[in-house]
Amino acid sequence: MNQHTPIEAPLLQVRGVTLQYKTKEHLVTATYRVSFDVLKSERYVLLGPSGCGKSTLMKAVGGYMTPTEGTITLKGKSIRKPGPDRMMVFQEFDQLLPWKTVKKNVIFALESSGKMRGRQAEEKALDAIDKVNLTKFADNYPHTLSGGMKQRVAIARAMAMEPDILLLDEPFAALDALTRRKMQDELMQLWADTKFTVLFVTHSIPEAIRIGSRILLLSPHPGQVKAELNSDGEDRVNPATGVKLSDYIHGMLFSDPAAAPEIKDVERVHD
Amino acid sequence: MTDASSIERTSTPPPRPEYFRKEDLNTDFGIVEKPLTFAERLWNHGGLRKSVLLIALAVGWEVYARHLNNALLVPTFTSTIEAFWTAILSGELPGKAMNSLRLLLQGYGLGLVLALLFTAFAMMTRIGNDLLETLTSMFNPLPAIALLPLTLIWFGLGDKSIIFVLVHSVLWAVALNTHSGFKSVSNTLRMVGRNCGLKGIGFVTKILIPAAFPSILTGLKIGWAFAWRTLIAAELVFGATSGKGGLGWFIYEAKNQLEIPAVFAGLFTVILIGLLVENLIFRNIERVTVKRWGMQN
Repeated sequence: MNQHTPIEAPLLQVRGVTLQYKTKEHLVTATYRVSFDVLKSERYVLLGPSGCGKSTLMKAVGGYMTPTEGTITLKGKSIRKPGPDRMMVFQEFDQLLPWKTVKKNVIFALESSGKMRGRQAEEKALDAIDKVNLTKFADNYPHTLSGGMKQRVAIARAMAMEPDILLLDEPFAALDALTRRKMQDELMQLWADTKFTVLFVTHSIPEAIRIGSRILLLSPHPGQVKAELNSDGEDRVNPATGVKLSDYIHGMLFSDPAAAPEIKDVERVHD
Repeated sequence: MTDASSIERTSTPPPRPEYFRKEDLNTDFGIVEKPLTFAERLWNHGGLRKSVLLIALAVGWEVYARHLNNALLVPTFTSTIEAFWTAILSGELPGKAMNSLRLLLQGYGLGLVLALLFTAFAMMTRIGNDLLETLTSMFNPLPAIALLPLTLIWFGLGDKSIIFVLVHSVLWAVALNTHSGFKSVSNTLRMVGRNCGLKGIGFVTKILIPAAFPSILTGLKIGWAFAWRTLIAAELVFGATSGKGGLGWFIYEAKNQLEIPAVFAGLFTVILIGLLVENLIFRNIERVTVKRWGMQN
């Protein structure tokens, strides 16, 4: 990892983070000493099978959990609690406040964080809603929208806040395949417009390749870093190995430990 | 994996031709929307359906009372209406109803404020949560009317005693519902609220209360009904505890003078006020809140 010397200081630094949470009977270790850096304007994807602690990691970056070991810093400041500098978009459709219209939902975030008030907040909200092509539905209540539209509102709400980093926690996982594909394209379009920094959690290999500029592979139980790869959005065949990127990632995630040395060789080629 | 898929493919039936077609854009689809008939639209009106039910009940009552022919047991519907009407014209019934309502609103309002403070405290601290859970499980099953003998000793005959038992009857029911509503607010919504930087009282008023509004509304309705029952029972069992007397006292007096139609008229008034409050106030609150928000169908 250290061979990439960043040109500027990383926006988000995760250093040796171990996350544990208690259930009624067990103390579960979700991730073990995970480290990675996210640079400005990067589309950083956390990819791994269920149980690799990627969502827990996201919650820790969001400030909902404190690491038992290690540090998470954003712009050099340690993360202690949730805040509007890290807007989160969740997988669940119920993240919109059902008692507010689409427009009011966006204004709500702007106003309760103390970022903007009144007229200014309204204009900002309408602008963000326009970017996700929902202007016609600005005065609709969330329950009248489809799942994909709700997620677009949630993304608009998060983007209107202009956070330092946008945290997308499997935002498209509950959508049907067709809508999902369309939303991925739209997200890339939005990124091309404003070049925001995104941390994206997914368990879909094609989605990681399409969305991510850099992909962190995590192994399960507990989550540990397996590899960090670059992606240009296409599932290309690596000329050196003759393996498609998606097949390569699949192999990495589901390989048995005995095959590990072989894969380590390939890793350098991909870097 | 490749072996498996090739095996599967050879065992499918022989290939069928593929085809493509253009959408027909200017076809007459026939009737896409069909208007409902007049009778169907009438029947879709909830108020009308309920009115039909009410009329049927009234007719049933009249028929049964005439068949029984004993005004001391069951007076007819018409004589009840007659007694109701004379009591209204004399100003006795409206005055008594106003007395009852005034007391009721005082007790209800005070109970709501206390319930809100209590649950807000319970949401913010763990000891508050324990306190609320313990007290509701202790006092919710305790009938408010059972406290009345005690309060009569504490506060004497008068409004204070009645308001005390009213608060008791409202407080626990409302607090219980509000609290369980708060607890069932989805974790995602809580996280969204905190993400936007809300905490403390702002978090309670901007996230928890609207998100738990269906439960809160149920609590308000139950509290209202409990308050009515307690008030009427208090007046019936212990007579007029305040000088002027309310609806319960009206029923009590009428019974003592064996004016059974007036007893029914008193009961009728209680029912009527209940219906009005439910249909005019609670129904409209529901319409502009939980129904509009899609939280209730």
